[in-house]
Amino acid sequence: MSKPETPKPNTLRNGPDERGHFGIYGGQFVAETLMPLIHEVAAAFEVASNDPEFAREKHYYLTQYVGRPSPLYFAERLTRALGGAKVYLKREDLNHTGAHKINNCIGQILLAKRMGKTRIIAETGAGQHGVATATVCALFDLPCTIYMGAKDIERQAPNVFRMKMLGAEVRPVTIGSKSLKDAMNEAMRDWVANVADTYYLIGTAAGMHPFPKMVRDFQVVIGEETRAQCIEAEGRIPDTLVACIGGGSNAIGLFHPFLDDADVRIVAVEAAGKGIESGEHAASLSAGSPGVLHGNRTYLLQDADGQIQEAHSISAGLDYPGIGPEHAWLHDIGRVEYVSITDAEALDAFTLLTKLEGIIPALESAHALAHVKKLAPQLPKDNILVMNLSGRGDKDLNTVAAHIGVEMGVSL
Amino acid sequence: MSTQKYAVTFETRIDRRFAKLKAEGRGGLVTFITAGDPDANTSLAILKGLPAAGADVIEIGMPFSDPMADGPSIQASSQRALKAGMTLKKTLDQVREFRVGNDDTPIVLMGYYNPIYIYGVDKFLTDAKAAGVDGLIVVDLPPEEEGELCIPALAAGINFIYLTAPTTDDARLEVVLAKASGFVYYVSITGTTGTAKAAINDIEAAVKRIRAHTDLPVAVGFGITSADFAEAVARVSDAAVVGSALVNVIRDHVDANGKARPELVDKALGFVRELANGVGRSKA
Repeated sequence: MSKPETPKPNTLRNGPDERGHFGIYGGQFVAETLMPLIHEVAAAFEVASNDPEFAREKHYYLTQYVGRPSPLYFAERLTRALGGAKVYLKREDLNHTGAHKINNCIGQILLAKRMGKTRIIAETGAGQHGVATATVCALFDLPCTIYMGAKDIERQAPNVFRMKMLGAEVRPVTIGSKSLKDAMNEAMRDWVANVADTYYLIGTAAGMHPFPKMVRDFQVVIGEETRAQCIEAEGRIPDTLVACIGGGSNAIGLFHPFLDDADVRIVAVEAAGKGIESGEHAASLSAGSPGVLHGNRTYLLQDADGQIQEAHSISAGLDYPGIGPEHAWLHDIGRVEYVSITDAEALDAFTLLTKLEGIIPALESAHALAHVKKLAPQLPKDNILVMNLSGRGDKDLNTVAAHIGVEMGVSL
Repeated sequence: MSTQKYAVTFETRIDRRFAKLKAEGRGGLVTFITAGDPDANTSLAILKGLPAAGADVIEIGMPFSDPMADGPSIQASSQRALKAGMTLKKTLDQVREFRVGNDDTPIVLMGYYNPIYIYGVDKFLTDAKAAGVDGLIVVDLPPEEEGELCIPALAAGINFIYLTAPTTDDARLEVVLAKASGFVYYVSITGTTGTAKAAINDIEAAVKRIRAHTDLPVAVGFGITSADFAEAVARVSDAAVVGSALVNVIRDHVDANGKARPELVDKALGFVRELANGVGRSKA
């Protein structure tokens, strides 16, 4: 047993330990065939993290290609309509490819190149991570295979077409729940069979160590920018942070730089689907229990026999029966509040932002917004609330149209 | 996780069986079926028939909803079993019922960690030992996670069988083998179960490499589908493991409603006899 990392006092930001644990969560629950490669990825990431050249390269693509920094936009009409906290939106929807996912993809593709990998695979739910992966693979001229549940292919047709246009092969996953969980299983199976040349570009801060740490580190740019932008606009840091959570990468990206600011209230919003009591939801923290899946210990939706249950959400990006291990830990220690929002509430919020601010949010982000709708009116007018608008909603127009009973004139 | 050896002080049916095979001068046959595939009665009937059909070691799959390291055959087998209501508790019941008529064929449970974790590690080990389980293969517990189940299993007198793969280099073999007991399971391909076949020369070289690090028997699996190949593998190792190919025989004798056809048990055991004949020819 190697010696445990000496914890720095008074910080919640030094996790995980060298074996990937956040408290009891995280770890490396992976088949032996992959283990040597996982160690190789972890070692390469450590070297890259300490290499100024890697940082310079990443910064170049994040500014020149992704378009960072993303604005911190004061949503004045929304603020007035809600009548409480001053609501700012962190505009990750304005990134190239339309969501926060690209931040992580830039980091990981640069790492994969350094490692000499010649083929990229990824899983995707809503297709945002698939599109971001296909995009960086086009940019760096690497072949790319995206695993996507057959159910998600159906409801996220525009993103499937985008991935194909970008040159990716989209492999439908037809077993199990036919959504994100099974896409991840298939990507793992592909990786086991192609360990020598393939890099698995995981899209969220979950899975086996080092991925939860690595994806977080590539997403903290959201929170770091927010901190600086809020100080510039308001002369101080925010009072309240809100983000939606599936695997949890946009949320941990926003939250992490504020974890040690005890006065900042932090709220993450899970998908309650048709309602927690209906059993058809994706709220692993609100209604799940600790277990082991996809390489890590975390909260899972599962039955009494430890079989993983299907998640349900109108939002394909939140439709996952687990959650990143750092969130599981933050939940247990009580630093972050975890709440949930139903499909219907998310649809209402989707319409609200579209009409009030002329911004069409992703259904994922609409979950965060629906909670802001509840929370902001209870807060004083000088409370600065930052919500992560993690993605744009163009991809969701078919789903929304179907739910509000509108027939789309144009077939996407 | 370290290269510090664990001093195993107990002996299981696995040790006795491999000692017997060695005395007979032949390689062994390890067969895999999933508990409850396609239903509890049928899988129990197969289990009870396996020793007479020539299985030297029996692996019983503990079905899991998300078998990430398995190919399509064992995934489907797991799904059939879960659909028919199999649970980890009922899997242990199958072992207990098997033991009523057999006290010398080793039983190894194979699967994924979550159902065991939810059952409770200590309770599981107590119940498994009492039911007559000799070893465990848990695919998603590498040496990095040895504290979860491997060390407690050794303390409970159950072998924790480690997998090694073509990607496991010599330095890592020392780590993997430090807590290994019972036998070493060599995964002969980089891939999921039943999806490819390794060249026999590569298998022979890999087994030699593993034997340079351990005195434990080496069983080889993943992609062994015929009696001839099982024979070839048994010649260069201590045992050949057949899973997907046997599970496919079960699949082929299930009707459209998922029910076992009357001939299923005979067909499955017939295939095992064929494999056993092949392995038997490996006698030096």
